[in-house]
Amino acid sequence: MAHDTHDIHRSRAEYEFIKKKRATEMRGQLTSFAMMIFLTLIAFTLVAADFSNYLIVPIILLLAAIQVVLQLYHFMHMSNKGHGTMAFFMFSGMFVAFTIVLAMVAIVWW
Amino acid sequence: MSSNSQKKGFGATIWDYMTTVDHKKIAILYLISGGFFFLVGGVEAMMIRIQLMKAGNDFLSAGTYNEVLTMHGTTMIFLAAMPILLAFMNAVSPLQIGARDVAFPFLNSLGFWLFFFGGIFLNLSWFLGGAPDAGWTNYASLALASEGHGIDFYSLGLTISGFGTLIAGINFLVTIINMRAPGMTYMRMPLFTWTTFVASALILLAFPPLTVGIFFMVFDRLFGANFFDVTMGGNTIIWEHFFWIFGHPEVYILILPAFGIFSEIFAIFSRKRLFGYTALVFATILIGFYGFMVWAHHMFTVGLGPTANAVFALATMIIAVPTGIKIFNWLLTIWGGSISFTVPMIYAVAFIPSFVAGGVTGVMQAIAPLDYQLHDSYFIVAHFHYVIVGGVVLAILAGTHLYWPKMFGTMLSEKLGKWTFWFFFTGFHLTFFIQHFLGLMGMPRRVYTFGADQGWDLFNAISSAGALLMAIGVIIMLVNVVMTVAKNERVGNDPWGDGRTLEWAIPSPPPFYNFAQTPLVRGLDPYWIEKMEGNEEGMVYAEPLGDIHMPNGSFIPFVISLGMFIAAFGAMYHMDGHAWALPVLIGGLAITFGSMLVRSLKDDLGFHVTKEELIADNERIKKEARALEGGKKGGLK
Repeated sequence: MAHDTHDIHRSRAEYEFIKKKRATEMRGQLTSFAMMIFLTLIAFTLVAADFSNYLIVPIILLLAAIQVVLQLYHFMHMSNKGHGTMAFFMFSGMFVAFTIVLAMVAIVWW
Repeated sequence: MSSNSQKKGFGATIWDYMTTVDHKKIAILYLISGGFFFLVGGVEAMMIRIQLMKAGNDFLSAGTYNEVLTMHGTTMIFLAAMPILLAFMNAVSPLQIGARDVAFPFLNSLGFWLFFFGGIFLNLSWFLGGAPDAGWTNYASLALASEGHGIDFYSLGLTISGFGTLIAGINFLVTIINMRAPGMTYMRMPLFTWTTFVASALILLAFPPLTVGIFFMVFDRLFGANFFDVTMGGNTIIWEHFFWIFGHPEVYILILPAFGIFSEIFAIFSRKRLFGYTALVFATILIGFYGFMVWAHHMFTVGLGPTANAVFALATMIIAVPTGIKIFNWLLTIWGGSISFTVPMIYAVAFIPSFVAGGVTGVMQAIAPLDYQLHDSYFIVAHFHYVIVGGVVLAILAGTHLYWPKMFGTMLSEKLGKWTFWFFFTGFHLTFFIQHFLGLMGMPRRVYTFGADQGWDLFNAISSAGALLMAIGVIIMLVNVVMTVAKNERVGNDPWGDGRTLEWAIPSPPPFYNFAQTPLVRGLDPYWIEKMEGNEEGMVYAEPLGDIHMPNGSFIPFVISLGMFIAAFGAMYHMDGHAWALPVLIGGLAITFGSMLVRSLKDDLGFHVTKEELIADNERIKKEARALEGGKKGGLK
């Protein structure tokens, strides 16, 4: 039972559909790759241009957050089907972590 | 291999349990060791009440009292309540979702043995120079100043058993997400499975902060770091934050499965579908979320400032809303039902007013200005015993009666069960209700004695008398267990007669593969649906009978945990400059990582139960069921 092999037969239409879907996915990956390089460039430029730290730090943090989302959705396949539970748990975890960090910053170190 | 009714020798049985990866056997292990620690914690509680029985008592010295008090709290929370709830989660939730085992049977066993060795390590402190004495919250200012190795036993022991709990939590998450039978959608899951799921998510998110906090503590005490040492630029408040960021979700990790057990009981013994199932599910999830946003209400008097106190006070009060939703849904489940007052049902009915009383005092404490009056008084002691004993312990006792037949195939005596209930319930209210007033009269918690001129004598004496009644209740329960095991009257699939969920559709105890054929779930309370439609089999099947793939048992989890247990001694005594400590630390870790390596390199593909074996086993089960029917033994009806 555990050793069953599955033969997959695809119709022509199915094949075309999958091909098209993969092409779209590929385009998404390339675009986000380009964006990521661009975001990294911005970060380096900010530091090189010697802006105030109060400007650089929040912007870099923001860029990092964007990078994480791009990474998750385009390269780690979070945009694909069947990732709902995973996304729910990740965002719950992030939310909890964020509240805790925020509270600690506000209460202990401010 | 397929016949689980074979008679085995004593040694073979022990070996079987030491190597088992079967969730039902691991449940029994959790129940026995959790029950043992429950008794240890109970003896410690009795010692506390004997000491406080009269003014100026000298039964315990001040130092010993601190140790007993710390170990009572730590043992009851980490080594008794959680493992016993994990026992029910293991025994029941895979059956409720129609799975043959948890997702990672090996990890399940590893989780148990880590908890077990962590608990043993913690309790060995009694014999090795003194137990921890800084309270179960182990506040850093006290803990860092504590002499001897007590606190090190606490931090290393909890690290080891914490790994175990974290592993168990992840395992249940994966099991419930991935291994539900066909048709078992999220909104058809029994409420006990739902609460297991949410409690596991809380374990996943809450234990890392504790681990981090304890790591800092270990480094401060054993390796000369200064995370919490104010004189060296550390911050002692950070421990409190870490502890309560873990500690508050922890109490929900305890209470949610308790809610789950009671939800099952209300539905079964009212012979009604749960009222407001959807609302109960969402209330469970909401409580889980809110659990992470209220930790600072344990720290109102620290001086966080009015803004922080106000935010956390409001967040805390909000939790009363989903909890209230649950209470009303349970009441409306009973309403108009055909109620049978079995032992589990009596516990469940008694739970509602007891828990509500604890909840109401909780909301009182959420009012930050009032909390300045109540903080660190016996009012707090009364409050948290009302929620934990009135909620969790009543659920544990109820669950033991409810699931005993499913776990062991015999019924606990209803008569003795009722005796236990009345002794325990009366004793519980006698012990703790009066402590509210002791608190309001100004008695601080954690004091080892009090003066005769303070006017607390009578109430403390009453409280101690109540504790005695609780102890009598627990002893009757033990007698009940021994008598039931000795009589060994077997029961059928559905001994309560009104089971609603899948676990009651299969034999008690179930065969080791649980379901010969995976069931097809057609709605909420699948077994009830089939019963009402006159389906003799108790379920419809989602697959034809075929070979079943099962995992092999393994001794490696035991060895991995043993290695960590040994390494912990090395780490602890290294500080004293013993020459043997470092080799012991390295040796222990070598055992742990070596056995992990063996596990990774050695292929263990499990085995198959063949169709023929399943058919033969099924014949045997049917024959036993007929014999049972003929004898008309056991069961409620």
